[in-house]
Amino acid sequence: MLRRISLALVTFMLVGVTAFAQPPQGGSPDGFVPLSSLPPGEEMPAAPFVVGAYAFFLLLMLFYLWTIWNRLSKVERDLKEFERRHGGATR
Amino acid sequence: MVMRKLFVPMLVITAAMFAYSPIAIANAPYESTMRLVQKIFYYHFPAWMALTVSVTVCTVASAVYLFKGNARADRIAAAAAEITVIFGLFGLVSGSLWGRKAWGVWWQWDARLTMAFLLELIFFGYILVRNYGGPGAEKLAAAMGIFGGATAPFVYKSVDWWRTVHPKTSVMTTLGETSPQMWYVVWFCTFTILLFMGLLLAARIRLEEQRATLDRLYLEAED
Repeated sequence: MLRRISLALVTFMLVGVTAFAQPPQGGSPDGFVPLSSLPPGEEMPAAPFVVGAYAFFLLLMLFYLWTIWNRLSKVERDLKEFERRHGGATR
Repeated sequence: MVMRKLFVPMLVITAAMFAYSPIAIANAPYESTMRLVQKIFYYHFPAWMALTVSVTVCTVASAVYLFKGNARADRIAAAAAEITVIFGLFGLVSGSLWGRKAWGVWWQWDARLTMAFLLELIFFGYILVRNYGGPGAEKLAAAMGIFGGATAPFVYKSVDWWRTVHPKTSVMTTLGETSPQMWYVVWFCTFTILLFMGLLLAARIRLEEQRATLDRLYLEAED
């Protein structure tokens, strides 16, 4: 009987303490701060992402144009070489 | 022949439009919640539009080659597949940069992003098969091109069918009413990039044609 009463008391204490516990005031325990409440200096700057995206587009397209031009020049050089060797019309 | 005559005037027009696009983008109004980072949209959306066109070209040309045996269609498909990979790569990278700022993560394995990544892999696979697949690889690549084309509508509709972090397709349909100035800049950039894609495609097809001519000449010389 005594054992049951002490078990009930311990359970009540544990559950009661948890139920009546208040969240700590003045900030979240996990360090989460809503984006809207960040001070301006701590926000992630957008400019590097925008500049990065447009710079990547420019570099990618210039690189791709260069590869097309390079491959086309090589094939046309080979065609001319073939024409020189065989002396006939190629097209 | 017509394309060769139009190539230089189209190149000049496209270059002029590209030169004006940063001014148009800078003058476009800021989106209310994302502010500056939303400006990535003005090349991000057009890149996916260019990809849609190149996927369509590749799929139709692949089907023509596979079922009719038209060699020119195969060359068009090969050119379009490469352009698909280029615009897909830009779309994924620009989306990742935008997502890092807007969502706080570089990448999210949600339906839209994962399907777009798979589409990119399919067309990258197409190029690998064509380059390293050996004799007969063109037909296998054509089948991959058709399969890639069949995947594209799922990529487009994924944001409407499943819960994703990516905005829905309705963003573009309502943009004309909510912000006509942004709508105008988006379509200006889209038209510019589509013109550029057309030029890239023409140049890339020319490369395939010249390669085919060279191969034919070597084969004739051997006989």
